[in-house]
Amino acid sequence: MDHKVVGKSTQRLDAVAKVTGRAQYTDDFFERDMLVGKVLRSPHAHAKVLRIDATKAKALPGVVAVITPADLPTIKFATAGHPWSLDPGHRDVEDRLILTDKARFVGDAIAAVVAEDLLTAEKALHLIEVEYEVLPHVLTAEDAMAEGAPVLHENRPGNIVSSFGVSFGDVEKDFEAADRIIEGDYETSIVQHCHIESMSAFAFVDSDGRVVVNSSTQIPHIVRRIVAQALGLSWGRVKVIKPFIGGGFGNKQDVVVEPLTAAMSLAAGGRPVRYCMTREEVFIDTRTRHGMKLHLKTAVSNEGVLQGIHMQVLSNTGAYASHGHSIAMSAGGKFRPLYNFRSIKYEPKTVYTNLPVAGAMRGYGTPQIFFALESHLDDIAREMNLDPVALRQKNLITVGHMDPLSKNVVRSFGVPQCLEKGLELIRWDEKRKAHKGQTGPRRRGLGMAAFAYASGTHPVALELAGARIVMNQDGSVTLQVGATEIGQGSDTVFGQITAETLGLPADMVHVVTTQDTDITPFDSGAYASRQTFVTGIAVRKAALEVREKVLAVAARRSGLSPAEMDIRDRQIVETSLGRVICSLADVAMDSYYDRILAAPITSDTSANVRINAMSYGATFVEVEVDLETGRVEVLELWNIHDSGTIINPKLAEGQVHGGVSMSLGAALLEQMLFDPVTGKPLNPNLLDYKLPTILDTPTINAAFVETFDAAGTFGSKSLGECPVISPAPAVRNAVLDATGVAFHKIPLYPQVVFEKFREVGLIPDRQAERSVQHV
Amino acid sequence: MADQIMLSLKVNGQSHSLQVHPFARLLDVLREDLRFTGTKEGCGEGECGVCSILLNGRLVNSCLVPAVQAQGGEIVTVEGLADGQRLSSLQDAFLTQNGAQCGFCTPGMLLAATDLLQRNPHPDEAAVREGLAGNLCRCTGYVKIVDAVQTAAREAR
Repeated sequence: MDHKVVGKSTQRLDAVAKVTGRAQYTDDFFERDMLVGKVLRSPHAHAKVLRIDATKAKALPGVVAVITPADLPTIKFATAGHPWSLDPGHRDVEDRLILTDKARFVGDAIAAVVAEDLLTAEKALHLIEVEYEVLPHVLTAEDAMAEGAPVLHENRPGNIVSSFGVSFGDVEKDFEAADRIIEGDYETSIVQHCHIESMSAFAFVDSDGRVVVNSSTQIPHIVRRIVAQALGLSWGRVKVIKPFIGGGFGNKQDVVVEPLTAAMSLAAGGRPVRYCMTREEVFIDTRTRHGMKLHLKTAVSNEGVLQGIHMQVLSNTGAYASHGHSIAMSAGGKFRPLYNFRSIKYEPKTVYTNLPVAGAMRGYGTPQIFFALESHLDDIAREMNLDPVALRQKNLITVGHMDPLSKNVVRSFGVPQCLEKGLELIRWDEKRKAHKGQTGPRRRGLGMAAFAYASGTHPVALELAGARIVMNQDGSVTLQVGATEIGQGSDTVFGQITAETLGLPADMVHVVTTQDTDITPFDSGAYASRQTFVTGIAVRKAALEVREKVLAVAARRSGLSPAEMDIRDRQIVETSLGRVICSLADVAMDSYYDRILAAPITSDTSANVRINAMSYGATFVEVEVDLETGRVEVLELWNIHDSGTIINPKLAEGQVHGGVSMSLGAALLEQMLFDPVTGKPLNPNLLDYKLPTILDTPTINAAFVETFDAAGTFGSKSLGECPVISPAPAVRNAVLDATGVAFHKIPLYPQVVFEKFREVGLIPDRQAERSVQHV
Repeated sequence: MADQIMLSLKVNGQSHSLQVHPFARLLDVLREDLRFTGTKEGCGEGECGVCSILLNGRLVNSCLVPAVQAQGGEIVTVEGLADGQRLSSLQDAFLTQNGAQCGFCTPGMLLAATDLLQRNPHPDEAAVREGLAGNLCRCTGYVKIVDAVQTAAREAR
């Protein structure tokens, strides 16, 4: 299709603000008489708070308030950034209080101080006396489910948040009849989002008595609801403002600091209070990615046809449910529309432990599931002496596939082309040959992995998006959306969709990047890779309404019917002749100032999107493994995506690069570590937690197979989370190809890799040799 | 207040004198007292490089520098990179190459890259990576940041 703006790499709308330092983030706003909040955190992984004495802290000059659980409502609330459900059975687990009288992990928030400045607040924390009754704690899902394990939440005596699963077909029958049954265990570690901007908010009570919260959030309208719920306020009494945000990756799709910050302001008589977490606090008391243990059992025919799969998942959600079981369930839905299994049994368990709280993180459980599945497929291929790519090709679904459970229909499916393209780009066959018969300490290998993902959450949750367009006097338009720009570039894409629809150049669409729940259209925010797909539909709808109104005004002027006219490059034209009738600005001026017919051209609309589009792709990677150091180096990597029509190629590439680097971090470096005895975090900082630096990150290549999906605006599908899914298993499979050693847990940190090589005898165990000599 | 000290420094060519707490960090003086909020804080302990500025021509993490150490010093922050409305070649390259996503690491990246190009106007890719090794980014996988710095270096030729 011939587009003027869609499909072009127009410049990010916020780029100038960001390179000049003018983009204002939450901490860049200063209110008069602003106070500072700090939090007292539990040193114990599991403990009852018996007594809190804040007398000394309150007496310290400069301390305005000390808050303890006794000062706050005892309403338990859920923090997950999901739309509210009118069905009580479909709501998130309500297991949080703003401050707790029972610590469930090291760092759980017990009390808070509001003071004139940070030093005073920190001093005051030390003056709060807390008496704890220390309880036994559990750190692994297995221990938490064991007989006699300490109970974290009274209403979950077995520590299982949920064990609800799904299945279709008859997997037991398929196992009975199978030529081969292959099983494998896989494990992923707990990692963190590491958005570079901290978790931060400030709150005050305005002159109308309303609580105003400014926050670095992905979900302002949801924050409004949850702050109100947690504090027992009427929802309309809360207003949330979201300025520029310095990365979210799902961590800010959760309500973490806002209720407490609002409570701090209320305790200080409504004065503005800022609560900005330290980096340590971000690591300890925001959210993490669920560490998962997966057992996969697959029935395969001798010809390599995948028949049935039984997937058992243990998901460690930490001390509170947050997104709870949704993550395991959501991920269990994403892997299904890729390979043609005739039976699937998916049995996830989400389990409480005394660790930091796991929640949403880019990919929402899917990276863990695909790490297991795509590693497993390579293990199957190896065991059955099949080509790993051919095994996948043989088992792919086709267009028209309907998921038996969600009833989502696959309308576009570019995986075959993604695989072809990947093989070609990385020169698979040529390198395969070159790698044959390698000896010596450095071995090269090729690996690949495919993935499937969705666009938004339908049919599991409501997908409502809002958009508002106002045409200005000069024919430009101002667009407001409730979906948030968090760095992914959604504002720019919404601007392009609007510009394309209205025959405007990109720079004549002004997108309001700040969300304010008083004036921003209702929308649940930035998550689930829903912005371009879901909010894009609302934006397109609003732009089409504006177009209709523009042509109605032009019809008055020209006497032609709206159907005979079009908007092209800021002009109204008679479509058949290409003759210019008037400019868009003429129409706009009529709409504002015609003495009789004036009615400014606006649209304020929403879309309840009850359709989904599956996005797809694959990673192809070549690695070099140093047997003597255990170091895995990525030599070449391609991520090939079927995300439908790409609205902005340069921004799309940026999404791929960032997602891949996050997945490589999880594959090779990143892991939150805890003292197994005390549960204390061992590396809650950016030095000891190995976030990839520029020197750790290889050149990442992005490529696209542009299918057209009829459900999406201009044929587009999701992309944001997709790139974080397949790189980790592809790297793992490449290490298997290079060394013959199958790793079952990530990260492939050099020490782990080295020890495994020694264990399997790939390198000599010099230490063992020495001790033998001593004997 | 009696426990405050007088600090004089030049920021982006302009002189400032102000009273600060003797323990104040340079980062806080810049952001809170002088409102150069383009400089960000990411960790407060010198790990992320987000608060990078130039102090007397040297790249420093302003979260680790006591303000008193900048007494009489000359500072460049992200607000000082453009010449009026004219962006620096690096800023311009970050625009055209999509070097910024969430934008939070961008000011620090720009300062580190400015420092690099001053020392080495035509760095190869390895030198670019070495020069930015102290600045973390979670959005970009660094790909388009490297592109941007190399583009700026090319255009200065």
